[in-house]
Amino acid sequence: MDDEKTIKVDYLARVEGEGAFHVKIKNDKVQEAKLNIFEPPRFFEAFLRDRIITEAPDITARICGICPVAYQMSSTHAIEKALGINVDAPIRNLRRLLYCGEWIESHSLHVYFLHAPDFLGMQDALEIAKVHPEVVKNALKLKKAGNAIVKLVGGREIHPINVKIGGFYKSIEIKQMDELQRNLKDVKQITYDTLQFCSTLEFPDYEQDYTFVSLRHEDEYPMNEGRLVSNKGLDIDSDQYEDYFQETHMPHSTTLHSTLNNDLFFTGPLARFNLNFDKLPEALQKLALKSGLERNCKNPFKSILVRSVELIYAVEEAIRIIDEYKKPDMPSVSYKMKAAEGSAITEAPRGILYHRYLFDEKGLIRDAKIVAPTSHNQKIMEHDLFHLAQKFVDLPEEELTWKCEQTIRNYDPCISCATHFLKLDIDRS
Amino acid sequence: MFPVLNRKPTLAVWKFTSCDGCQLSILDMEDEFIDIASAFEISMFVEATRNQAPGPYDISLVEGSVSTPAEAKRIVDIRKESKILVTIGACATSGGIQALRNFSDVGEYASMVYASPEHLSLMKTSEPIKHYVDVDYELYGCPISKKVLLEFIISTLIGKSPRLPSSSVCMECKSNGYNCLAVTNASPCLGPVTRSGCEALCLSYDRPCFGCFGPKEYANLPSMTEIFKNKNVPEDELIRLYRTFNAHSELLARASKDLEGKE
Repeated sequence: MDDEKTIKVDYLARVEGEGAFHVKIKNDKVQEAKLNIFEPPRFFEAFLRDRIITEAPDITARICGICPVAYQMSSTHAIEKALGINVDAPIRNLRRLLYCGEWIESHSLHVYFLHAPDFLGMQDALEIAKVHPEVVKNALKLKKAGNAIVKLVGGREIHPINVKIGGFYKSIEIKQMDELQRNLKDVKQITYDTLQFCSTLEFPDYEQDYTFVSLRHEDEYPMNEGRLVSNKGLDIDSDQYEDYFQETHMPHSTTLHSTLNNDLFFTGPLARFNLNFDKLPEALQKLALKSGLERNCKNPFKSILVRSVELIYAVEEAIRIIDEYKKPDMPSVSYKMKAAEGSAITEAPRGILYHRYLFDEKGLIRDAKIVAPTSHNQKIMEHDLFHLAQKFVDLPEEELTWKCEQTIRNYDPCISCATHFLKLDIDRS
Repeated sequence: MFPVLNRKPTLAVWKFTSCDGCQLSILDMEDEFIDIASAFEISMFVEATRNQAPGPYDISLVEGSVSTPAEAKRIVDIRKESKILVTIGACATSGGIQALRNFSDVGEYASMVYASPEHLSLMKTSEPIKHYVDVDYELYGCPISKKVLLEFIISTLIGKSPRLPSSSVCMECKSNGYNCLAVTNASPCLGPVTRSGCEALCLSYDRPCFGCFGPKEYANLPSMTEIFKNKNVPEDELIRLYRTFNAHSELLARASKDLEGKE
């Protein structure tokens, strides 16, 4: 008799959006591992047609409530590139500050609320709060400091309103930055405590030879700018992205999967860390290595450590930007409309986010393409599900199921993000 | 008025077609989150916990619009299990930005984004929750206001009627002393017809209102259209202004269709 079983979760918790997965196992051999998405599609690329380019930052922000800044940054940079707009340094810095804010709020949410409970064998952060109330209180304080940046620079935490093509609607006064700066200095220690806390967690022994893909910038840890690179020789501009990355319809699933020359790749904090380690401050490099990370870390469970490192980085970077802040002379630079096409990639908290726009001389969008981090990581998540389930196939079913869930959460998937996701036949019962 | 219970009320948070932003507002209430979470028995909040308890639920917060047959069925089940059902955000109250497809042919949209649209199981339109079931309260906005959400949550706990914003953005703008951009800047501003709740946020950033909170009750859209036309705002620009996050709300949908000369 064959011994067949299916490990499955019908509605994955502690991720953004609606997803499910199943792993089929026969005689202790994994046969199939599938991540299924039942988040209904919303057709953003379709209804961006005939909209005017100035609306793109506001419309695309609505793709994701967790990382709207990423959408606003990728869309503005793509359109500005098309129009040949170069923003002044103060505007550039203000945007980097805004992105720091999103990284801080998103990473602190993921580290403490979505990911850490798995390592502690708990259902949620509220259970953590029962045992370590100070830890969760500080997590919320840190998250709030990130949100405070987005709120001041962007106007509000979710779907900010201050971002526009060419810069911002309104500049931020230097004195408005004072409270922000106090906040940030206040929570700086929490980021170090976070890394310390995460370094005490136990990481499953699981490594793969991944192709990591992230932006890389000459002078800084990447957020808004840089070339797209990998640890396997990729080095391209965003204009070449579609020559290398394909979205394919898989026969087993109705979801679009992104591949790099038909192969799997990995994007997100771990990829950024591995490909930009030298761009982190030296002290942080040393601390990272002392905290359980390796120079080329191949264990996706350690992404929680990398998020903690990036939390330290983002808070200190925000403090630096505010220290050097000069109010832009004008909140935005003016530009002349013309028919053009442009693309950009920025680093959303959970990985690379590609936008491309083609528009006419009136600024009406004729074609738009958006590929979210979660589309990029879809195949690698399935790959990990397969191999992790195989490695831990002897675990009791409940434990294995939880480990599979944790595997997916390693990627901080944002299922709402992926504009392409389709309806699958999943029985919720 | 909410009944005051001699036990912790059970709270369920549900997601339909949406961006997750409105339910994230709950987690974004950093100062109050722990207190809120301990005042309720959280029965269902998939974004935040693996715990899932069966109904009935004292309060259900519903985010997102109904856009698939499965969702149309699920909301009916949730309604049956919920004593008080509250819709949160533009998707749940008006169909959301995804309701832009209601003004087009959904089949055409599907083939534009997907290579094999035959796999799709979609409703022709994206609809607000109230299209399918009775709704007890609606919290507006894209996203909702945390302040309004907090007022609502506290009301449910102490058994009072929640005070929900019902005036226009203009009122908030004037009471905050902001410059009127419609007058000074000749920008098409939706402040006069948009429901309050954001505290005239955009105006405080030198930007005209673009209608995140949807039309105020009894807003006079035809008159608004006339004013914009008199200021020489092009019709196609006006249609776009009316068709964003609350495009499918009754008043805005009618106003934008009027501009197109459609029924």
